[in-house]
Amino acid sequence: MVTILFFASLRERVGTSREQLPLATANATVSTLIESLRARDGAWAEAFAPGQAWRVAVNQRMADLATPLRPGDEVAFFPPVTGG
Amino acid sequence: MATVRVQEADFDVGRELESLTHGRTDVGALASFTGLVRASSEGAAVNAMTLEHYPGMTERALEDICREAHGRWDLIDTLVIHRVGALRPGDRIVLVGVSSAHRGEAFAACEFIMDYLKTRAPFWKREDTPSGSRWVEARESDEQAARGWE
Repeated sequence: MVTILFFASLRERVGTSREQLPLATANATVSTLIESLRARDGAWAEAFAPGQAWRVAVNQRMADLATPLRPGDEVAFFPPVTGG
Repeated sequence: MATVRVQEADFDVGRELESLTHGRTDVGALASFTGLVRASSEGAAVNAMTLEHYPGMTERALEDICREAHGRWDLIDTLVIHRVGALRPGDRIVLVGVSSAHRGEAFAACEFIMDYLKTRAPFWKREDTPSGSRWVEARESDEQAARGWE
């Protein structure tokens, strides 16, 4: 299982802030996780459609599509940051 | 080395900067930046703002940014305080303080920390305007400023 967190406008688009999901394959990456999220209903497919600006962090460090995932990881998706 | 705080409460700029120099005689330069909530944004009035963040990662990201600043310049101390929660126009949002022996390092590191904070620390602003509430969009100019340090 991995814990998935959603923040800000992305959280509102998908309608949840947190969920737990089993990893589908032994060689899971951020990319394979995104594919499984895209396969859900319209709001999910739309939020993660190609061209949508989102960022991902794995275990609280910025990551990318190729970052590998292991059981127990914390994966967070969010829009580009706007602090300061 | 580096002090990082994320908090709802306001901060006293004078007192926070004083903590960087108190009892020391090696500090020759103290640079700081204070960011505040403006009453207008993208042509619309802003009545209030809410700052969301990613607890845990936020602190880690700010510590990483300060650590990188210490690696790039000869600094004595760095301080970042960032507020979250409900804010109003005129409220302070962020304070960055940098102490060093000479001004060049302090000025550069202060700007570097803000440029990286703007593009790497997981904060998101939501503005309340007369026509409703909206998430602030990230700006390409902020990305360009951060890339300028690479």
